[in-house]
Amino acid sequence: MHFEYKVTGGDFTGAGYASSQLKKLLKQLGVDPRVIKRAVIALYEAEVNIVAHARKGIIKIDIDKDQVKMILDDEGPGIADISMAMQKGYSTASETVRAMGFGAGMGLPNISDNADFFNIKSTPGVGTQLEIKVQFK
Amino acid sequence: MYKKRPRFMNDKQLKLSDIVTMLEGKVICGDAFLERAVSHGFASDLLSDVLTMDSHDVLWLTGLSNLQTIRTAEMADISQIVLVRDKVASPEMLELAKENHIVLIQTRLSMFRSVGLLYQAGLSPVF
Repeated sequence: MHFEYKVTGGDFTGAGYASSQLKKLLKQLGVDPRVIKRAVIALYEAEVNIVAHARKGIIKIDIDKDQVKMILDDEGPGIADISMAMQKGYSTASETVRAMGFGAGMGLPNISDNADFFNIKSTPGVGTQLEIKVQFK
Repeated sequence: MYKKRPRFMNDKQLKLSDIVTMLEGKVICGDAFLERAVSHGFASDLLSDVLTMDSHDVLWLTGLSNLQTIRTAEMADISQIVLVRDKVASPEMLELAKENHIVLIQTRLSMFRSVGLLYQAGLSPVF
């Protein structure tokens, strides 16, 4: 199964829509609730990152019998130093984003904690691509 | 992974209807689910805190009232939220909470006071 969702930078009302849809779908497929939670939390953190930092992005989700694979491509500032961004507590989020309750510098490490596979590619000034996989068993 | 909390058979359970009374609160969503009981509570205005802990079945107290509060609860499998300091929920928040069977309780009490009352009544911390 393949799904795609568009994400708009700055749209905090729509943020989380793709994660919500994924949650409903995995529930219907009878996936273990603990696995669902890991997948949707990883996706939600990644989705919020696009809304908080990028101009726009696209989420591609592929589900097969063993796993869910999520690829998030955004057009935005990119990440200059990925190892720095992976540190807990490091954040470049704006005041507006912090006022929403985000921007504590926990997003990327939390994606990594919840995923079975996690990879970031980024070109500063162009954008960032995240690949996240969560296995069902 | 999430900060795991120990679970004991004798964890005290508090019914949501009793929590509403204790906090002099008002139920603004999820009237039908007040028979639900919780054993653990968590208080934070940081969504990242909620997304990195063992949130299953907790009562979440927060002064942060926006749509992402409800989205975060949805992702974290949290089905009951207390909005402290009389924070108001928008119609979009109420709609999303309703869709996810989330109980929203509003109280005029401060976060500190609310947490104190619930702790005294036997609600356990997550960690």
